[in-house]
Amino acid sequence: MKITVTVNGTDYPRVVEPRLLLIHFLRDELGLTGSHWGCDTSNCGACVVWLDDIPVKSCTVLAVMADGRRVTTVEGLASRSRLDPVQEAFAACHGLQCGFCTPGMMMTARWLLDNNPDPTEEEVREAISGQVCRCTGYENIVRSVLWAAKHDGGQA
Amino acid sequence: MTETGVNHAYGPLPRKEDARFVRGQGKYVDDITLPGMLHGAVLRSPLAHARITSVDASAARAHPAVVEVLTGEDLAERGLAWMPTLFGDVQAVLATDKVRFQGQEVAFVVATDRYAARDALELIVVDYEPLPPLIDATTALDPGAPVVRDELPGGNHIFDWAAGDQAATDAVFATADVVLGCDMNYPRSHPAPLETCGAVADFDPVSGKLTMWSTSQAPHAHRILYAALTQIPEHKIRVVSPDLGGGFGAKVPVYPGYVCAIAASMSTGRPVKWVEDRSENLMSTAFARDYHMHGEIAATADGQILGLRARVLADHGAFNAVAQPSKFPAGFFHIFTGSYQTHAAYCEVTGVYTNKAPGGVAYSCSFRITEAVYLVERLTDMLARELRQDPAQLRMRNLLRPEQFPYTTPSGWEYDSGDYPRALQLALDMADYPALRREQAQRRARGQYMGIGLSFFTEGVGAGPRGHMDIMGLGMADGADLRVHPSGKAVLAISVQTQGQGHETTFAQLVAHELGLSPDDVEVVHGDTDRTPFGLGTYGSRSTPVSGAAAVVAARKVRERARLVAAAMFEASADDLEWLDGMWRVRGDPDQALGIAEIARAAHSSLELPAGVEGHLDASAVYNPPNLTFPFGAYICVTDVDPGTGEVKVRRFIAVDDCGVRINPMIVEGQVHRGLADGIGIALMQSISFDEIGNCLSGSFMDYLLPTSLECPSPELGATVTPSPHHPVGAKGIGESATVGSPPAVVNSVIDALAPFGVTHADMPLTPANVWLAIQRASAAAGQAAAGR
Repeated sequence: MKITVTVNGTDYPRVVEPRLLLIHFLRDELGLTGSHWGCDTSNCGACVVWLDDIPVKSCTVLAVMADGRRVTTVEGLASRSRLDPVQEAFAACHGLQCGFCTPGMMMTARWLLDNNPDPTEEEVREAISGQVCRCTGYENIVRSVLWAAKHDGGQA
Repeated sequence: MTETGVNHAYGPLPRKEDARFVRGQGKYVDDITLPGMLHGAVLRSPLAHARITSVDASAARAHPAVVEVLTGEDLAERGLAWMPTLFGDVQAVLATDKVRFQGQEVAFVVATDRYAARDALELIVVDYEPLPPLIDATTALDPGAPVVRDELPGGNHIFDWAAGDQAATDAVFATADVVLGCDMNYPRSHPAPLETCGAVADFDPVSGKLTMWSTSQAPHAHRILYAALTQIPEHKIRVVSPDLGGGFGAKVPVYPGYVCAIAASMSTGRPVKWVEDRSENLMSTAFARDYHMHGEIAATADGQILGLRARVLADHGAFNAVAQPSKFPAGFFHIFTGSYQTHAAYCEVTGVYTNKAPGGVAYSCSFRITEAVYLVERLTDMLARELRQDPAQLRMRNLLRPEQFPYTTPSGWEYDSGDYPRALQLALDMADYPALRREQAQRRARGQYMGIGLSFFTEGVGAGPRGHMDIMGLGMADGADLRVHPSGKAVLAISVQTQGQGHETTFAQLVAHELGLSPDDVEVVHGDTDRTPFGLGTYGSRSTPVSGAAAVVAARKVRERARLVAAAMFEASADDLEWLDGMWRVRGDPDQALGIAEIARAAHSSLELPAGVEGHLDASAVYNPPNLTFPFGAYICVTDVDPGTGEVKVRRFIAVDDCGVRINPMIVEGQVHRGLADGIGIALMQSISFDEIGNCLSGSFMDYLLPTSLECPSPELGATVTPSPHHPVGAKGIGESATVGSPPAVVNSVIDALAPFGVTHADMPLTPANVWLAIQRASAAAGQAAAGR
């Protein structure tokens, strides 16, 4: 099938098999390897990207479902000149160890802060509860998101 | 410490590796794409035990996208159907005679894309003749039990192993006031790193060189195994561990998929990528635990522990593929006397084969210390309950005292250092333990079930002294190479590597501190056998204790060489120089000072050096640790249990860890955070289980439950520092402490919550169903006892 997906602001026309998963489209077709594949069953969230403006688990979205729509990945998080406060936060608060869940966690965190700029700890925990981290016990991820909320002033 | 006591480079430095990870620029195995690369997929057995009567791959070979199909027979012709395990057994790469666990590798398809390779798996026809499976390890040695390894003389029996003094222990038990015993199973679990296992094998037929990118925690060990297996000489094999998405022990073994990728690359002459999916990861890669234990404790009537005894049946699965020091078939389980004074102790462990995936030590267990700590900490709690004593007081009374170190345990360990009462008291103070007990009493009066669980653990990590610790005959010493460039910037190459632990930062801090440099000026090279010195890899919390020590020794050699160069620069005697605040200074004239950068430039210059002093500024070291290091800690877990549903909520987790000197406390605390989450997961939900015919019931994240942000509370961490007396900077290792120490705290807490029902023990995982059942059984038993009275 012929599709055009706008990823991080760039249009990508491609011919793909109807069964191709969005995560494999991003990684294998476009070489955007920042999003990771971790479980196949929508449990781990290593593959979270935005479809239009909503976080989705791209291991359970077909690439053809993204036809004509906007996808944002971790590679689109930073502007040319600076990191997103969420990215700064994960580094500042030791919010990652192996880094495998980090892109998905950051995409969810960015979405949370866009919709709830001053979340409580409970709201942060709820927001990331559909994603798995095997390294941090989540504590420093929660701290990172709260840190980002505090330093988000310059963001839209 | 420097001579002035300033640890200038230690501290909570943000990690150097994070710059790439927060940008999505980590480079994991599946991110590697090479020109002409093919994709492999493994066909796996649907049965736990069956004879293979035929494998027909003709339809798969005819698939237009398929380049090659390998079966067991194909590999047998090339001598690759079986491979050595890291524990002296062999394991089937692709099954030739029969399959021995569900998920075992049967065939390997190589195709031009990921999806086509999977498609073609369905075109392979395998005829299986089902055999009765052996699933329950407790029946493995029964006469007439199905034999898993009929090609071996011992049937299902792998080993018998014992430690301690049996006669002395029996004597203590025979005369003790109180003897308690309990069966407890430490269930099979899986560390489930978020990145599954995978590899890209690239064999160059012209140079004869194999490059192997793989999810390996032990690249040098893997290289040796590949050399032995493929006959490619070791110097023509390069094993690269790129960024790893977690390991936790599951990426120490060599897996059949790796070998298939190599075999396929050798026969096709093209790079071959193989990455397993989550089900394959949970069903076929190394599990952990699966210890069926019977523990006994003997004590005086007033609560002095006298002796410990343990009998263990160890389920090793279908192949003995534990990755641990070869002279210790049960790992370090015999550290099971824990942190207490005992007169005598004895344990015996029997290992058996079953029709399940191989493994055993693949989950941050410090080679079975997890199981040992669980056993002694559950028994200690049972003793307190039996004697109606407070479990904290009973522990405090029995803990080893600081003046007893170094302490030799009844089973032969020499603990290097410790101040156990201080750590336990700090944990009790942080928790406000008396207030917790008061709250518990008030809640119980209101019909609410709150539990307070303690554990105290001692680990032995940093394997290890090469004289008695080896893997495949290779002593467990580690190398480090340090080179200071003319501008004073340094590159350290180490034999261990990060799977998330932050080696690029911690090791830079270690070297920077020794040389008066900034950690920014030290680049750490790791995970590439072509670029790093030999060593056995990252597991068993051995990086800082062994390789970290090697890095420090190399840095100190560089510092001493720099002293000679500095002496030439000052035209002074080396004896007249002293190292102070990160510089070589003329004694008595501290303003005359030279830093490593200036000395490095001079060492590469035309400066005339004294006879015997080589130019340049570099050094190598191989560190053979004189002993293990012994981190310890005191944990307190507070839970609330709903007796109607059996649901357990972990409300608080207080953790005091003593890992000696902390190089980067931020990273240390991160390691503890992880381990506490492991404790919650292992105690409450994570279990790899099977039905009676060997179907794995935990083959996806929908069935194998992992803790999320909602199950893990914010941990409350404390620290004491008892430096290791034999490690060059006094560090002890922290990577596994909390995974080892925390499960018994959670279980003790839940059992404490259920005490009003008369529950004295329940096996992990303490799922809502298992907790509810424990309550019903205890209530029923209490009812029967009342009726019989």
